[in-house]
Amino acid sequence: MNWLTNFVRPKIRALVRKEDVPENLWNKCPGCEEMIFHRELAANLYVCTHCGHHLRISAEQRLKMTMDDGEYQCIELPETIVDPLKFRDRKRYTDRLKEAHNLTDMQDALVVAHGKLGGIGVVMAVFDFRFLGGSMGIAVGEGFIAAARLAVLQKAPLLVFPSSGGARMQEGVLSLMQMPRTTIAVDEVKEAGLPYIVVLTDPTTGGVTASFAMLGDIAIGEPGAIIGFAGARVIGDTIREKLPEGFQRAEYLLEHGMIDMVVPRKELRDTLIRILGLLRNPTPAAEIVPLTPSEAPHLAAGNPKNKNAGKKREENPTADE
Amino acid sequence: MPTFLDFEKPIAELEGKIEELRHLDGDGEINIADEVSKLQTKADRLLRQTYAKLTPWQRVQVARHPDRPHFLDYADVLIENFTPLAGDRFFAEDNAIIGGLGRFCGYSAMVIGHEKGKDTETRLHHNFGMARPEGYRKARRLMRLAERFGLPIITLVDTAGAYPGVGAEERGQAEAIARSIEVCLDVRVPLISVIIGEGGSGGAIALAAADRVIMLEHAIYSVISPEGCASILWRNGEEAIGAAEALKLTAPDLLELGIIDKVVAEPVGGAQRNKEATIAAVGEALEKVLREIIGVEGGVLRARRRERFLEMGKKGLG
Ligand SMILES: [Zn+2]
Repeated sequence: MNWLTNFVRPKIRALVRKEDVPENLWNKCPGCEEMIFHRELAANLYVCTHCGHHLRISAEQRLKMTMDDGEYQCIELPETIVDPLKFRDRKRYTDRLKEAHNLTDMQDALVVAHGKLGGIGVVMAVFDFRFLGGSMGIAVGEGFIAAARLAVLQKAPLLVFPSSGGARMQEGVLSLMQMPRTTIAVDEVKEAGLPYIVVLTDPTTGGVTASFAMLGDIAIGEPGAIIGFAGARVIGDTIREKLPEGFQRAEYLLEHGMIDMVVPRKELRDTLIRILGLLRNPTPAAEIVPLTPSEAPHLAAGNPKNKNAGKKREENPTADE
Repeated sequence: MPTFLDFEKPIAELEGKIEELRHLDGDGEINIADEVSKLQTKADRLLRQTYAKLTPWQRVQVARHPDRPHFLDYADVLIENFTPLAGDRFFAEDNAIIGGLGRFCGYSAMVIGHEKGKDTETRLHHNFGMARPEGYRKARRLMRLAERFGLPIITLVDTAGAYPGVGAEERGQAEAIARSIEVCLDVRVPLISVIIGEGGSGGAIALAAADRVIMLEHAIYSVISPEGCASILWRNGEEAIGAAEALKLTAPDLLELGIIDKVVAEPVGGAQRNKEATIAAVGEALEKVLREIIGVEGGVLRARRRERFLEMGKKGLG
């Protein structure tokens, strides 16, 4: 740290904070523009209590609300080359990266973590839109590959939550190459026989949609999420007419057969757990194995519903064969 | 007379003078033939000098030049018995991507690529080389067909990008591109791509996740058009010249980055000035690469192809 960050910035922060705090206590819903108290919003999983709008959330918030007890372990992502093209538009790319880093305290737009979901070990790769619009460059691609390989190593399902404007333009064609690279990573998970589930959150567009995001075994959309390839403005300019109502929203994609379901955030955890259970435990649980009580005294003695059947089977995989 | 680009104005003026002189009657005092040959030498030199140091933005113009050879020109010359195969078997035939069986250097092959068209009528027919989901689904189908019969696949890439339209989105443009990339990376037969003009974003990589990628000298390959990049990052479409430079979309830069394997030199003044020579040069490069990998076992090819992409992006430009 230099003198600037040590001495000058805390002072500036101290000045700003006074006015900053009351504003942060209340959030304006981008959907209905109503003000929502921050605690109320957090308790409602950042879904507007007035109109049901699903607000964009950070990768950390996503992991906390999805993993069992909000517990998970982030993995350190591989070091990658920074600013390979020495890109500069109105600003230097390295400065944009620094700003994004200061804003989010993240190395890049992707967080990879492992933890439990309904008791099942999972790997999650979560995008954070605040980091340069969640755009995919080399670091994100490399992180995605690391997530896939961790899933294969742990024999765990891979869950991905894109929230991204697409490719990271400042890395030029190297960002385009992340499309085939992440596609290979997805295939590695599939070849290992593991579920690959994508939860498309607002927004999922461009090169992210046209690669790993649309390759899910199961594709779930969050309500109202924008999901598409080309930007609505570009399409509007091309066709020179008004776009249809709800165009590129999750519900629209559902209607057109592009995703499996639209799931409100409140039901997402349960839905994921149910799907994982169905994919991971395909054989009947012990309770419906047609044994009479006399033949299976250990079952008769226990709870007839035998809620722990799945768990027991895990300890002794041949128990119901 | 070729269609001159903006930066070719001085050359166009010289060529105009030469044309005028040629139409003069030989009754003047000056020796017209001498003057013509002098001017021609000057024009040739200027053309050579201009094309020896094209800026990235100038290359963008050349890559989009309407007189460049397009897919059908290549297929006409390089592919014997070219037999186009139509349709994606889901929804429609998309003329922006053409694909079919044919014989290249004696080998049966699947040849697939974007076709931009050469005049108003054909441009509309081929939708300016901007494919809808059906185009990518057809490509996917044809790649699988090639794999079933052990045929090498050659793709010629020349598109501004996938078509941005309501129907294209509704029918899953993103999914179609993603699956096309997936199949490129999965097939157990040789897959060679040539970027012959514009390698525009997802619409290009959908056909170019290949064992080897060849690129014409003045072709471009980019994640976004310079105009699009300028309007997003500079908030000003006029900054396309700067964006073209920053994006590093030229063949020499992409060779240095390890994205492509070979640059094929274009005739002096660009492919648009000599289609035959350009097509022949591409054919030669393709043949050389095909002979390198045609004997490699499919599984090995596939593994190496995947490794090639996984290795990308480890080094930047010096
Ligand atoms: Zn609201």
